[in-house]
Amino acid sequence: MDLAEIARRLELESLYTDYAACLDTDRLEEWPEFFIEDCQYRVTSAENYEAGLPLGVIYATSKNMLKDRVSALREANIYEPQRYRHLVSGIRVVSHSAPPPQAREGGLAPSGAIDLEASFLVVRTMQDGGMILFATGRYIDRAIRAEAGWKFASKIVVLDSRQIDTLLAIPL
Amino acid sequence: MQQQALEWPKEGNARVPYRVFSDPEIYRAELDRVFLGPTWQCLGLAAELPEPGDYKTAFLGETPVIVTRGEDGEIHAMVNRCAHRGNLVCLKERGHSKDGLTCVYHAWRYDLTGNLTSVAFRRGVGGKGGMPESFQLDAHGLKKLRTDQFAGIVFGTLSPDAPPFSEYIGNDIGGRIGRVMRGKPKLLGTTSQILHNNWKLYFENVKDTYHASLLHTFFTTFRLSRLTTAGGVAITDSGAHHASYTYGEQRGDNASSDQLYSEIHSLHEDYRLQDPRFLDSVDEIGDGVTLQILSVFPNFVLQQIHNSLALRVVLPKGPDKTELQWTYFGFEDDDAVMTERRLQQANLVGPAGYVSMEDGAVGGFIQRAIPGAEDESAVIEMGGYEHAPQPTRATEAAVRGFWNAWRPLMGL
Repeated sequence: MDLAEIARRLELESLYTDYAACLDTDRLEEWPEFFIEDCQYRVTSAENYEAGLPLGVIYATSKNMLKDRVSALREANIYEPQRYRHLVSGIRVVSHSAPPPQAREGGLAPSGAIDLEASFLVVRTMQDGGMILFATGRYIDRAIRAEAGWKFASKIVVLDSRQIDTLLAIPL
Repeated sequence: MQQQALEWPKEGNARVPYRVFSDPEIYRAELDRVFLGPTWQCLGLAAELPEPGDYKTAFLGETPVIVTRGEDGEIHAMVNRCAHRGNLVCLKERGHSKDGLTCVYHAWRYDLTGNLTSVAFRRGVGGKGGMPESFQLDAHGLKKLRTDQFAGIVFGTLSPDAPPFSEYIGNDIGGRIGRVMRGKPKLLGTTSQILHNNWKLYFENVKDTYHASLLHTFFTTFRLSRLTTAGGVAITDSGAHHASYTYGEQRGDNASSDQLYSEIHSLHEDYRLQDPRFLDSVDEIGDGVTLQILSVFPNFVLQQIHNSLALRVVLPKGPDKTELQWTYFGFEDDDAVMTERRLQQANLVGPAGYVSMEDGAVGGFIQRAIPGAEDESAVIEMGGYEHAPQPTRATEAAVRGFWNAWRPLMGL
């Protein structure tokens, strides 16, 4: 592994660390900034994913839809105060690919897109202190290097369990 | 100390003692009298089992069930409990079997309709052991359910007393199921929620047309559904089944509606979506009804929220625990645009749904407030004391209807 590759690995690791920290510290308004404008974001179960079923518990096809998620959570939806703790590990590069057409139009660096996977575990803590192991699964991601650094072009959150306790408010 | 028998309040269905949501003895009785009683419960879509040999599991209350498509091409259902020692016969939730079902414990085999076809070592070994000569295979099959299909949805019951399904729901509810199920269903995906409340609290919520635009502020803000929008609630004579429906906002009057909602927390005038594409909907049925929430007693819901279609099955998992299973579908003849539309609109419902997220939590809020109030009652008087259909959703008539159907089964 050459130095450039090592540097890139560290950048990608920071991408995940920063992403998790953003969600876990209630900086939800910054969350859409981890994505490109015409991104895909989907939360689904391993059962649906493996069966090739397209349903998303959350299904967004633009960064603006992610912004709408956040403003709905802030202004419209009613849920109890809660916080997440993400543990993200096992980040691995699955493949490199040529930049997708829309990425080229966006003036992206020629390094193209990288397909990544990572494991996550999320503990949810409610206001009364009750904690549960809320979610585990893997991220199936495509990241591209934009001028402002690495962004997700696509993130599929594949939950190991199809059961969601009570509700899914804060994104994963 | 023996608990006093529950005496129903004199106000009838307009009062519901909180104890019915927390008492383990009432819960135990419900599993027998309601879920194994003369009621039909949803076992899934027939389209989930396209080929002979396909199977899936389901529940009647807490009783595990296997649903199959037999060699005869028909849907069959039986209790998922081996006739030998009570082991689960089907361990996988769905699959395909070419040669029937085999219990893993002692390899007893059943055909796809539940008949016992062979018992391992039935004649013993070398003339020793084995089953008595008197043992009859045909006396030891899996317990069979009655099944009925309606518009591609499979229902089952263990009771010989339930009338045929179409008679059970009646023509009006049947027609309202039919208007949604216009084609051959195509599965889009499933999800499930664990709710920390009694199953009836969720089912009351489904039948509560009063709360929708008050608890769910997303609905109100975007004028997707308000109590001031044209619509109403259909309720069967028994009160058991219902359908609430809403027409597009064009039939309402926004200015006077805003006035009515202006004092209520749920209206945020300055809230705008940056990418409202996911709300782009079409009147695919052609009758102007944009929302229809339909329930069949005791635990089935058919949802049409714009173009998002789903079955919901409410499974009791204990006095204070419920699993809510969602099955989203479109139709085989949907084009890619329509499928994308349904997927986008699925954002409105489910565990992370913009308009249904709160329903996952509100039952738990009630459950947590019940301790100490077991002898007190909820007040259900919106729209009066009866459960007749009403041309408005500012009523709790369908909730009273639920209790009108539940109480005779429970002898309360």
